[in-house]
Amino acid sequence: MNPIKTFQKGGVHPEENKLSAHLPIQDFPMPKQIIVPLGQCLGAPADCIVKKGDRVLTGQLIGTAKGFVSANVHSPATGTVTKVDVVMDHTGYYKPAVFIDREDQDEWIEGYIDTDELITDIKLDSKQIIDKVKECGIVGMGGATFPTHVKLMVPEGKKAEYIIINAAECEPYLTCDFRLLLEKTQEFLVGVKILMKAVNTDKGIIGIEENKMEAIELLDKTINEHRDLYKGIEVQPLKTKYPQGGEKQLIKAVTGREVPSGKLPIETGCVVVNVASTYAIYEAVQKNKPLIERIVTVTGKSVKKPGNFRVRFGTPADLLIEAAGGLPEGITDVINGGPMMGKSVSVTNFPCIKGTSGILLMTLNEAQDRRQTNCIRCGRCAMACPMGLQPFLLHKLAKQNNFDETETNHIMDCIECGSCEFTCPANIPLLDYIRYGKAKTGAIIRARNQK
Amino acid sequence: MSNTLFISLAVLGILGGVLAVVLYFVAQKFKVEENPLIDEAEACLPGANCGGCGFAGCRALAEACVKQAAEKGNIDGLACPGTDMGKVAAVLGLTAAAFEPKIAVVRCNGSCQNSPSKVHYEGADICAFANTLYAGEGGCSKGCLGLGDCVKKCNFDAIHIDKETGLPVVDPDKCVGCGVCAKNCPRGIIEVRPRGKKDRRVFVCCVNTDKGALVVKNCSVGCIGCQKCLKECPFEAIEMRGNLAYIDPAKCKACGKCVKVCPRGSIHAINFPAPKPEAPALQGAEPVVKPQPKPEPVEVKTEVKPENTVKA
Repeated sequence: MNPIKTFQKGGVHPEENKLSAHLPIQDFPMPKQIIVPLGQCLGAPADCIVKKGDRVLTGQLIGTAKGFVSANVHSPATGTVTKVDVVMDHTGYYKPAVFIDREDQDEWIEGYIDTDELITDIKLDSKQIIDKVKECGIVGMGGATFPTHVKLMVPEGKKAEYIIINAAECEPYLTCDFRLLLEKTQEFLVGVKILMKAVNTDKGIIGIEENKMEAIELLDKTINEHRDLYKGIEVQPLKTKYPQGGEKQLIKAVTGREVPSGKLPIETGCVVVNVASTYAIYEAVQKNKPLIERIVTVTGKSVKKPGNFRVRFGTPADLLIEAAGGLPEGITDVINGGPMMGKSVSVTNFPCIKGTSGILLMTLNEAQDRRQTNCIRCGRCAMACPMGLQPFLLHKLAKQNNFDETETNHIMDCIECGSCEFTCPANIPLLDYIRYGKAKTGAIIRARNQK
Repeated sequence: MSNTLFISLAVLGILGGVLAVVLYFVAQKFKVEENPLIDEAEACLPGANCGGCGFAGCRALAEACVKQAAEKGNIDGLACPGTDMGKVAAVLGLTAAAFEPKIAVVRCNGSCQNSPSKVHYEGADICAFANTLYAGEGGCSKGCLGLGDCVKKCNFDAIHIDKETGLPVVDPDKCVGCGVCAKNCPRGIIEVRPRGKKDRRVFVCCVNTDKGALVVKNCSVGCIGCQKCLKECPFEAIEMRGNLAYIDPAKCKACGKCVKVCPRGSIHAINFPAPKPEAPALQGAEPVVKPQPKPEPVEVKTEVKPENTVKA
């Protein structure tokens, strides 16, 4: 095993609470009606190409990507489109979605290879792989949902030296990536090989936090057993520290390189891809399967039966909560994602999408903001900030709407990890104000660049 | 002792005298010639420096007026929202367009009663931030968030959040119609409209352009775009913007007919006399005004328990 590495600046260590780590992935039965939002990725929502009354097959394209940063949307089931309407999704807004009445039997699109056997032979070349990834609508499934094909298209003059697989899963509670690593180890490793081929590199590093020792050992063992097959893939254990899975932190920890302010990770010669996305890429490239399902962790301290479910997109989240033993008494917070980066939702029946890594239920005691007091200038937030920013200052500047100063103090470098707010003894909602400032500053910068 | 005092006073006195003479000549030499009209025009303006005219302050507006008067011979397009520009025009020997006093109008009636909370928001009390997070406690994605960005920005203390309804209320005596609140509302709910004759004005108290079914789901008084008012209006003052009726203040004669036909009570008439008790119908005569249909009570399905929290 390689020596444990970590990023240097800041970071916090919240209680891990990986309650569902030992629970195998269960297939979640699809409901009669599924609601597939068209905006499932960062960037522009897809353009709907089906209409009411159309019969769609499982895996059929129903929304085409619009613009550069956008991803295709496919039908997760076989059935009839009943309407194209709006639905309140996890963002708390009404967004366009396709409503599909499902048939009992899955009828797959042409070209899908329906097999559970491992396919190790990579037939496609680099360009074909990227096209396939684009066609299958694969996005970063850690939660940010950035289209993966955009990451893989290395700009001219740059060289990707490393493929880094983000298996840190630094968010407390979430276990979906961990379970996938344990149960689909070989498929995942072939996925890494595919990624390495896509960006023409022979180095692939899998970064995992040391609290997932089981996965580290299993991966090490599998790679050693099939040396020639998985040549160039390395497992890098990382210290259990939040936000170890932040893209920039992961690069720093694994390679020791720092992404320059305002630049993309490719500047350091690294392409970072999430575990679930890697597995989805395996399925897309080897089995011709578009991205229509993912693993969702349903968890929480008071949840009766937490679990990891394989969910087709468009399944309402309340059914998952139901399967996990129903909404427990006293739940006040339903969070889409993990407790640190996730966002509370305003409806429980929001459809699961590509970025839904977990559904976390919290009671008032666990989630409530305690009484806010004045800043005592302790500087803990600055110590905790993994980007080396000064959250107390940014909070104050954003509150004053002083957006010139927020820009010069690098508010745009904030990765919104929430370490500052987590560590603040005065319970100041630092991240709220920083996000507000970041949105405003970003808008000003964009407007200026357009001139 | 007294000697020291005397010397100090003398030195400082002489120094002061010499510098005063120097300053006088310097001031004469580098004097900036300024049009005296600017001072006169500025005196006619309120001096609140609210920025509602689009300039940095009252003096900047006065300067712009004098400049434009000299160049084009008019002051069209330059106006203080709260003052009659006639005085300024008189100073410059011109005439100004008729003054039309304006007022900020809050176009949302989704109060705690009309659009009951389904979730509870906990986080920074900035509308612009909450707007990026979720639709709102009542579920209407176009409605007022009630965190008071408009209140914080008002220079005249003219807008306040009503604790009972959770909506901002404009104080008609204090509002000058500068429009700062309208600019700072992330959802564009506040509009600056003419006060109207006798301070009477009619407007659609809703900005939701969504389909009717969606509006009904979240609010009992939102405009559903049924177009009844559109058909009723004798002056063609009402237009549809998506699924939302909009009353053009330039065409509206404040007859109040649309108010009566609106099935949702979304159209508000301000400062109209209270409707008289229905007069006994004359024999053989048709009743002039049909009784206003009551808005049907709308059942709002609560998907999440009210105590649920939306957090950042």
